[in-house]
Amino acid sequence: MRISRRILPAVAAGALALSLAACAQSERGGAGGSTLTFGAAGAPSTFDPFYATDGETFRISRQIFDTLIDSKPGTSEIEPALAESWEPDESGTKWTFKLRDDVTFIDGEPFNGEAVCANLERMYDQGADGQTAAEYWGSFFGGFKNDAEKDPSLYKGCEAPDETTAVITIDRATASFPTLLSQTSFSMQSPKAMEEGDANGIKAAGEGFTFPENAKNPVGTGAFKLEKYDEANGTVTLVRNDDYWGEAAKSEKLVFRIIPDESTRRQELEAGSINGYDLPNPVDWNSLEENGNQVEIRDPFNILYLGLNLKDKKFHDLKVRQAIYHALNREELVKSQLPEGATVATQFMPDTVAGYNKDLEPYAYDPEKSKQLLKEAGAEGLEMTFAFPTEVSRPYMPDPSTIYDALRADLEAVGITVKAVSAPWTAYTDNVTAGKYDAHILGWTGDFNDAYNFLGSFFTEPVANDFKTSNISWGKKLSDDLKAADSIVDEAERTKRYEELNEQIMTEYLPGFPISHSPPAIVVDADTKGLVPSPLTAEDFAPVSVGGE
Amino acid sequence: MLRFVLRRLLQMVGVMVVLSFLIFAWLRALPGGPVSAILGERATPATRAALEKTFGLDKPIWEQYLLFLGRIVHGDFGASIRVQAGTDALEIFFDRLPGTIELTTFALVIAISIGVPLGYLAARRRATFLDNSSIVVSLVGVAVPVFFLAFLLKYVFAVQLGWLPVSGRQTPTIDATHITNFFIFDGLITGEYDAAWDAFLHLILPGIALSSIPFAIIFRITRASVLEVLDEDYVRTAEAKGLTARVIRGRHVLRNAMLPVTTVIGLQVGSLLAGAVLTERVFSFRGVGDALAVASTERDYAVLQMLIIAAAAVYVVVNLLVDVAYAIIDPRVRTR
Repeated sequence: MRISRRILPAVAAGALALSLAACAQSERGGAGGSTLTFGAAGAPSTFDPFYATDGETFRISRQIFDTLIDSKPGTSEIEPALAESWEPDESGTKWTFKLRDDVTFIDGEPFNGEAVCANLERMYDQGADGQTAAEYWGSFFGGFKNDAEKDPSLYKGCEAPDETTAVITIDRATASFPTLLSQTSFSMQSPKAMEEGDANGIKAAGEGFTFPENAKNPVGTGAFKLEKYDEANGTVTLVRNDDYWGEAAKSEKLVFRIIPDESTRRQELEAGSINGYDLPNPVDWNSLEENGNQVEIRDPFNILYLGLNLKDKKFHDLKVRQAIYHALNREELVKSQLPEGATVATQFMPDTVAGYNKDLEPYAYDPEKSKQLLKEAGAEGLEMTFAFPTEVSRPYMPDPSTIYDALRADLEAVGITVKAVSAPWTAYTDNVTAGKYDAHILGWTGDFNDAYNFLGSFFTEPVANDFKTSNISWGKKLSDDLKAADSIVDEAERTKRYEELNEQIMTEYLPGFPISHSPPAIVVDADTKGLVPSPLTAEDFAPVSVGGE
Repeated sequence: MLRFVLRRLLQMVGVMVVLSFLIFAWLRALPGGPVSAILGERATPATRAALEKTFGLDKPIWEQYLLFLGRIVHGDFGASIRVQAGTDALEIFFDRLPGTIELTTFALVIAISIGVPLGYLAARRRATFLDNSSIVVSLVGVAVPVFFLAFLLKYVFAVQLGWLPVSGRQTPTIDATHITNFFIFDGLITGEYDAAWDAFLHLILPGIALSSIPFAIIFRITRASVLEVLDEDYVRTAEAKGLTARVIRGRHVLRNAMLPVTTVIGLQVGSLLAGAVLTERVFSFRGVGDALAVASTERDYAVLQMLIIAAAAVYVVVNLLVDVAYAIIDPRVRTR
């Protein structure tokens, strides 16, 4: 029995190692004390939010930087942040911001009117590569300084008459200003750090960008500051900014652990090594709560729609589009396929947005009427390619394939021949933009509370890439009407105009079919307190603490 | 011999050039691209076109490839957009390689140190309970998908029992110093033994998951090989000579049975690297495999190109080494 005697010590050593492992683990226990550990689905793409477009980057940036205007915790309404108040002139193009006088950047530089102007000028004055990377500026402000004649910008200029005042001039009145300044991309950074770190020195390298020093050493005014980004271990560690102008952060450290796999994030939470993560799969909500975690369901601030490619003449008869809408059993879809708290959509925006028309009746599910309408339009035997994305989960469609299956079955039930197609997410959005499908499912999560952020994104030219509304008789009028509505300065008047437009879109035009609004959730463990879920998924971690410290 | 090696080296360069072009073209033929990955739903045709132009994606494929080669000559492999945004792809490869080497080495050690003795024992005690049960275990090792085994291991040992960490390479709050990115080695040379131990604990579950298939193969080959050798005449002769059982087992049986096992172990290195993609992803283990998985879903061209070409280069080099070894053993190979 020589062998077994040889194996015995190995077995004993293994057992010892395992028991030691158990001890070592219990001592460390992951996130204890005043450290808050959050599971991130991906790595931050930069620490300069001006060049970012993704949620994981914004989540971290939001803790490090402040904006002039912020969203009120738990709502999509705006509230003062670095700016205490703001006021437009009569034309709505000159805005005077009164700034806080007690704010300094973490490098000791003062935050004042000059700093605001330095930030806006820096954003406006991008080189060729910076312009393509600064997607949010492009979306909201339009052009940049060096090609202002070709592509005019909403931004005109900034002056700082005194320490606590910044006057920003814009090209035309728009409802999105100044709300758009609440976007994390437009965070205030230290002018000195931006200069020393060559903030605009972004360069294209192959099919990506290399970032200057400024994007690696963020200097903001936020509740936290960056301590370390450990790329080898996939963790971003922030520490409390003790000189923060607002209420100090409850946690001393805020650690983001990059865990790309969703089921692993869940297991890490259950093992107690992270305190929370975003967008838990709706099928896990109940069991997460049964295990003592807190699943915080946000108010839905998104829309899922079935989009049509109006380039194809077969959809140009309103009756055909109405027939498709009457065929969809959205009540049943919301009940059976979407998470708790999801609602049936009656228009292309959620009910929290000013301009939502609450009198609009949802299109009734009526397959008989649908068939009748198709007959009247001479479109019996309608055929269409209908697409859905794979390998993706979005806040407005947690599981695209099940939603798609339900919609497809409804369409087939009224005699429409559906040719099913699918593609992985990035290819899918490419194909939708290129107009390769007759119909598709897609959605939108609002950036802020503004009707134009929804309707304008869908139906104005040249943005109307999904619905191709420029190909139909009323497309240009709708685009012009929406742009005109956006420039109405009076809020009440503007809201009323959007309500009218919503009615017109749903009854006269019907360019596509709003399906539902889904509430995305965020989960934290039982010991984590103080998290206020934001409908904009813009949570602030400063008031969050572990173990009620 | 030198001429042979030189000739093979030249061939290798040719193989790499052809391969790199194929990979380059194949990636660009895949649906979706970095522009969609960066811009998401909000892209307008104009912003997409502008970004495509910036990245040079509007040029013909051969021109893109020549530009790519030109950049490589200058040591610029392109910047990552998602895996480690802004970092050069070659730097990412070297950053991530130590993690993968740590993990695959550990998995191979597990596979060999259990597979070989168990295979030997099973052969010696053929058709006993030990033999039958180890065959069942090895079958399970091959049959169970790695991701399922990984999920099960994490659930039992990390979530339920809390013995081992669920994922990652090191507990973030441990604040370890990283010099070489071989975390265990780093912990040992800096005297941060707790960090080295913590890194070792993080290796155990992914190591076991990754070792399941190589273990099963090594076990079965060892068993079959030992059974064959036990029947050989020289073993009978050795017994007849009156050698002790220990000498027969060690010098005659095990040593001869090890020849095919060694070949198989060599082959397993390749499959371990492939298995690492899945294992690293499931365990959020920051190695080359994890980078490859993220790069693939996010269409991070620079990283994908670099990693696939690097993996191919490793294969080509290993092949070259094997050929050289054969050439040394069997001189006839050189002239072929």
